[in-house]
Amino acid sequence: MHNKTIAELATVLQQGEVSSVELTQHFIDRIEKLDAGLNAFITVTPEAALQAAKAADARIKAGEAAPLTGVPIAHKDIFCTSGVRTSCGSRMLDNFVAPYDATVVERFRAAGAVMVGKTNMDEFAMGSSNETSFYGPVKNPWDTERVPGGSSGGSAAAVAARLAPGATGTDTGGSIRQPAALCGITGLKPTYGRVSRWGMIAFASSLDQGGPMARTAEDCAIMLGAMAGFDERDSTSIERPVDDYVGALNTDIAGLKIGLPKEYFGEGLDPDVARAIEAAIDEYKKLGAEVVEISLPNTHLAVPAYYVVAPAECSSNLSRFDGVRYGYRCEDPKDLVDLYTRSRGEGFGAEVKRRIMIGTYALSAGYYDAYYLKAQKIRRLISDDFRKAFEQVDVIMGPSSPSTAFKVGEKADDPVTMYLSDIYTIAANLAGLPGMSVPAGEVGGLPVGLQIIGNYFDEARLLNVAHRFQQVTDWHSHAPRGFE
Amino acid sequence: MELGPKDIEKIAHLARLRIEEGDIPAYADNLTHILDLVEQMNGVDTDGVAPMAHPQDASQRLRPDVVTEENQRDHFQGNAPATEAGLYLVPKVIE
Repeated sequence: MHNKTIAELATVLQQGEVSSVELTQHFIDRIEKLDAGLNAFITVTPEAALQAAKAADARIKAGEAAPLTGVPIAHKDIFCTSGVRTSCGSRMLDNFVAPYDATVVERFRAAGAVMVGKTNMDEFAMGSSNETSFYGPVKNPWDTERVPGGSSGGSAAAVAARLAPGATGTDTGGSIRQPAALCGITGLKPTYGRVSRWGMIAFASSLDQGGPMARTAEDCAIMLGAMAGFDERDSTSIERPVDDYVGALNTDIAGLKIGLPKEYFGEGLDPDVARAIEAAIDEYKKLGAEVVEISLPNTHLAVPAYYVVAPAECSSNLSRFDGVRYGYRCEDPKDLVDLYTRSRGEGFGAEVKRRIMIGTYALSAGYYDAYYLKAQKIRRLISDDFRKAFEQVDVIMGPSSPSTAFKVGEKADDPVTMYLSDIYTIAANLAGLPGMSVPAGEVGGLPVGLQIIGNYFDEARLLNVAHRFQQVTDWHSHAPRGFE
Repeated sequence: MELGPKDIEKIAHLARLRIEEGDIPAYADNLTHILDLVEQMNGVDTDGVAPMAHPQDASQRLRPDVVTEENQRDHFQGNAPATEAGLYLVPKVIE
């Protein structure tokens, strides 16, 4: 049952071959049995899940089912869930029970999806390995000595290990695409503004975007259909109708123009990963796609500009954690400044503190022009590179990550080395473009992800392009050993 | 830009973060490396380039200035470390 996709589960549920209660119990049992070795979940919610499953069964019987009705899913612990702890992977929010549901959570609930729990993540989504979580690192199901990627590492590991057929993630600099690649699943970061950020704990507000993580593009299409859409509570939500993502999956891609940026295949890319990506591109050629070499000349500036923009916005967003209204408060503060500094000093982990300090520095008097304004200008150059490229091509392809999953601890001591694991994903966030990662091969028993970047609001095309690939390959259906 | 212990103390103060004395050298070292990375931006001429604040250059949507939220003070204060009579408690601010 756990090897079925969301699309397949929807069919068996609606045909009455299995009930949502049985299905939910099956996944809860798997989480209980297998998650101890992975640490993919921060909170598991069996009672609430079984209650939601019962309601879903009634809805299916009444003939009122939506595609996700009765399907178990997991939410990244960055999405606020009413009545269930939302920790954001931080000691700061270890005791925080959100007073409301995030829009994304509300929409899944309205669709009848059954939440089985909240997944582990890098603290406040700051990390690329899931090692910065207050709740400990997540292990990659393909090799438990390795990281699952981050920051949506718990979601990626849970889906890869078949502990949930789908999970939500968020992506500020690659946090859906990189863990999807490292865990061999499919993940989509939508266009900035496509999915509501309301109730999604803010890291860098001009970059953050929620999206689906599942085993197939078809499942991501079903999930995105439920998640996407205008929300007046998010001031940067875009008023634009949601496309029929499932309906577009089978569109013929003959004549599709694929751009391969030469900057994505240069120094720093593992040669075995490069070969796997080239083999995937060859599959696209067989499907009738045309390949064009392109250039995104400012690619090398994406990581430097990101490490100004993201920390600056983080330092501003995280100033709300003051030990007064919610979250962690230090013991016996002697005055107000002591309350602030110790609550924040003790409540945040090292990586979060580093980013708050970089952002504070970049925004402080006398440095604003040299850092923040400069980074915003670079952001324009990066965005212009994409704009020019999309005059020539329909989609851009390359690796999602320069290597396969690395060992736990391998990059933990050097932030800059860790930052460079997002070298291919960050530019799409700076430009606000949608991007996907699709399983496209294996190197030494570890998955490789193909990244597909599209033009603004071209999610339907990305999902279509990924789906056609998954119809002629089977990388997406490989299960890690021990989790089949 | 090389950051020393004094810089770290100043930045930590501005950010209202307490950093343990013994951790300061490591932060100085890490932040210096991060700034070295960031300063690769300086090699590019950006004269005349318009700064980009929003991915699609959209401006903030406005809504009518009407009350949209109901009062849920007790519900929200359920998460607060210390409250009394609907007020948040903090250490004495004015002597």
